Amino acid sequence: MPDQTGDPMTMTAPPTGAPAPDVDAPDDTAHTPGPQTAPVTASARGEDVIRIENLSFYYSAFRAVKDVSIAIEKNQITALIGPSGCGKSTLLRTINRMNDLIPGTRVEGQVLYHGVDLYAKDVDAVEVRRRIGMVFQKANPFPKSIYDNVAFGPRINGYKGNMDELVEESLQRAALWGDVKDKLKQSGLALSGGQQQRLCIARAIATNPDVILMDEPCSALDPRSTLQIEELMFELKAQYTIVIVTHNMQQAARASDYTVFLNMADDRAGYVVEEGPTLGIFTNPKSKLTEDYVSGRFG
Amino acid sequence: MSTIGSSSTTTTASVRATLAGGRRGDLPGTVFQVLLLGSLLFSLAVLAILVADVLGRAIPVFAERGLGFLTSPLSSNPAKAGVGQGIIGTAVLGGIVALLAFPFGLMTAVYLEEYAGDTKITRFIQINIRNLAGVPSVVYGLLGLSVFVAFMSAIGDTGSGRNIIAGGMTLAVLVLPIVIITAIEALRAVPNTIREAGYGVGASRWEVTRMLVLPSAAPGILTGTVLALSRALGETAPLILAGAVLGSFSGLNLSTLFSGSYTALPVIVYDWSRKPGDAFRADAAAAIVVLLVITLVANGIAILLRNRYERAW
Repeated sequence: MPDQTGDPMTMTAPPTGAPAPDVDAPDDTAHTPGPQTAPVTASARGEDVIRIENLSFYYSAFRAVKDVSIAIEKNQITALIGPSGCGKSTLLRTINRMNDLIPGTRVEGQVLYHGVDLYAKDVDAVEVRRRIGMVFQKANPFPKSIYDNVAFGPRINGYKGNMDELVEESLQRAALWGDVKDKLKQSGLALSGGQQQRLCIARAIATNPDVILMDEPCSALDPRSTLQIEELMFELKAQYTIVIVTHNMQQAARASDYTVFLNMADDRAGYVVEEGPTLGIFTNPKSKLTEDYVSGRFG
Repeated sequence: MSTIGSSSTTTTASVRATLAGGRRGDLPGTVFQVLLLGSLLFSLAVLAILVADVLGRAIPVFAERGLGFLTSPLSSNPAKAGVGQGIIGTAVLGGIVALLAFPFGLMTAVYLEEYAGDTKITRFIQINIRNLAGVPSVVYGLLGLSVFVAFMSAIGDTGSGRNIIAGGMTLAVLVLPIVIITAIEALRAVPNTIREAGYGVGASRWEVTRMLVLPSAAPGILTGTVLALSRALGETAPLILAGAVLGSFSGLNLSTLFSGSYTALPVIVYDWSRKPGDAFRADAAAAIVVLLVITLVANGIAILLRNRYERAW
């Protein structure tokens, strides 16, 4: 454990103070879902699509994430960085309830999506995942054709429109259409690694989500494909809100607008050390720990 | 060898000498390789002798009787006895086994693997299923006699319940654990990333199972089922206990198919090979050939279907 100069539990509040301090979460239940109900009126900061409040996550008795409160701003790219095992992937997967699939896991606290707690009893995890899509660390196309990969989500969600158009549009947005337009019937597994990952992004886009979660999407890709994905993320953020977990600090610095730095405490639980606009985190970190991490001295 | 590391003495000549020297005297390695090859040849030889012996006895029967051997009913006269009733019995048994063991086995496996989760209870159940797959088949015959035959008798079968449905049920229960285990293995082989991808676009558990997991696991499930089926078709002991007829009986037509007497190829083989005289021995060999051909055809179909499914992706 590196020396900690700052108190890890002190949240460096973002400009708006959007993530409410621990005790009083003044108006989180009052918001109705909808794009125009901005929760906090702030000068520098837009609407928060997701607000995570006092979230702790447990694998059986082991607490992997403790007391995290962060906000994810609309149409921005938020990067979760931190050393291995600090719980950033776990945190990401709580946002679309992917961890529900692992037996023996438990969540404390709230994940508010447009003000609605995703862990409330009447919330259907399947519906959550349709609105909050996901791209995984290892590209995982279905063993189906390129077309069927993209059409899978819309089909199961009962999409009634023109499927051909939707597939084309999704592939275009994922910057893959030019590569595959003549071989839509070929297996998605026949594509290169970078193309497969863009196919997975197209597949996530096709269900028309609001938020796209990316769990180290470039960790298995070469630098060129990585750059393509980053450019793609930059284009996608006009329409979607993106949360990305990355090991690669250059990637966070290059591609994200807002950065959350997590670290592992002595009990191996992940906590937020510092968060803020990416530029500030990388050029003028408040915590010594952050400075050590972003400058590559540990992690 | 260690001199390679010390760079000061390394010259092209010294390296070449070291490399060329190799491990010329690797006696244990050579012995091991010979043993491996020997084991392979021994197994093949046993199989070849078996097949040659059976074919040697069977070919004269086929040459003499032709298709008549395949269509004739059982008889106490070896020159007239045929396996017609056995082929029909084995085919019907195979159908019953497939109809019962496949759906129950597959659904059990899907439940255990995709729905139930990894708890102490499911682990206990899985261990027991694996043990059941190793229970001697004669035990299943007793089960068939005391449960299925009794059940058929109770619902009014005139032949005291010893009918082909009871026999088929017995064989289905016999291979059910095998079907479940192979299906579980096939489901486990489907990478979890596929499931996550499905859930990630908002698929329900049912949609992930039906549209992603089962198609991916289908080749393995199919192969396992057909292999289990050919195991069932070769079983003798449980069928004898569950009422397959030894000796001969008259008639086997559609009206009495499910209620009358029945027999199956392995039972015929068993029966004929006990009888005195070379003539019945030869008939038994011919019946073995018929049984082998049926099993080979079943396995061939399994391989064809599997290859087709794999290409369809």
